[in-house]
Amino acid sequence: MVTVMLTESQAWQVLGDVPDPEIPVVSVVELGIVREVASRAGGLRVVVTPTYSGCPATEVIADSIRAALAAAGAGAVDIETRLDPAWTTDWMGDAARDKLRAYGIAPPSGTAAAGGVQPIRFVAKSQTCPHCGSTDTERLSEFGSTACKALYRCRACREPFEYFKPI
Amino acid sequence: MTQRNTAAPGHIEYVLRLGDNALILGQRLSEWCGHAPVLEEDMALANTALDLIGQARLLLTHAGRLEGRGRDEDQLAFLRGERDYRNLTLAELPNEDFGRTVVRNFLFAAFQVPLYQRLTASSDAELAAVAAKSLKEARYHLSHAGEWVIRLGDGTDVSHDKAQAALDYLWPYTAEFFAANPIDDAVSAAGIGPAWHNLEADWEAAVVPVLVEATLTVPARTPFASYGKFGRHSEHMGHLLATMQTMQRTYPGAQW
Repeated sequence: MVTVMLTESQAWQVLGDVPDPEIPVVSVVELGIVREVASRAGGLRVVVTPTYSGCPATEVIADSIRAALAAAGAGAVDIETRLDPAWTTDWMGDAARDKLRAYGIAPPSGTAAAGGVQPIRFVAKSQTCPHCGSTDTERLSEFGSTACKALYRCRACREPFEYFKPI
Repeated sequence: MTQRNTAAPGHIEYVLRLGDNALILGQRLSEWCGHAPVLEEDMALANTALDLIGQARLLLTHAGRLEGRGRDEDQLAFLRGERDYRNLTLAELPNEDFGRTVVRNFLFAAFQVPLYQRLTASSDAELAAVAAKSLKEARYHLSHAGEWVIRLGDGTDVSHDKAQAALDYLWPYTAEFFAANPIDDAVSAAGIGPAWHNLEADWEAAVVPVLVEATLTVPARTPFASYGKFGRHSEHMGHLLATMQTMQRTYPGAQW
């Protein structure tokens, strides 16, 4: 039997098509979850980092990565979880941010490194509405449908939207 | 990677305390799922619980490796007896109402933030990595709970009185944050984590201005002492564990 092995760059391409289970418009590579891909005897080693400590998607993501690489003929796949450096939304590129916006999620504004959490006060920073582009928006909740997002409402177009928090 | 059988007992104990704090408060907060006053806060409390349980998984997994007896996160979370838990008593107290829940989250997050900040420089690399990750989450918890403390304290007469009653009830338990036993000296000397009393000034600097803005009266310190972090828990702990452990006790080794 001939086993066709994937090169590292082929593996990155395959992973570039593995969607995040909760935000399927962006891939696990674009989100910065895949940190490293290395060939090794008989297969591949993939290093991933979790987004939030309690993110329920973490195990689903590992399964999707395994399944996608297996379907592409990668042989044995070892998935290693690495915490350091901690995942940050700063790793998301402009293309991923545009895709989030088109999907109706406002991308993180500013950088997490610069301190994404505002001091305690009532009026949250306004975020740009991904539907109509207005900045006349208000925060409804610090936590949205997932821990990584906050819930906002646009006062101009009256649509609710989620905001991907910088972390 | 963590080595087996090399950790000092104090080191394991220290990591267990961190993990148990997150586990037990996460368990308490998850009781709100489906019961919070409004949907947005239901999601916020559930997401905070999820973050804490995620932190607990990382920390208890690490404690199990340090211990080197083959216990994993599930065995540590679900199969210990009450006196083997090392969480702060504050974490195990009943939720009571929304006011007490957010005041507790605030007092606790204000403790977790400076603690995790210092742990990012821990001589234990795994612990430092968990802390760097968890710190980002704790900052959001602090901001969320702090806003509610102000909103309730500086709100209606009813919300003010409930927030003040919650603060008066919880405050004596915060003395335990900064209490230590001899094991702690070795841990801080080895650079694993900060001495607990060194966190008090940072905690107060985070807590007091928010309480003042919330028009709440900062309670005076009393001689009351609680000892959950040393394994002596309140009467509420057994009930919490009975609920939390029932699946693993009934179906040992059950997995999702």
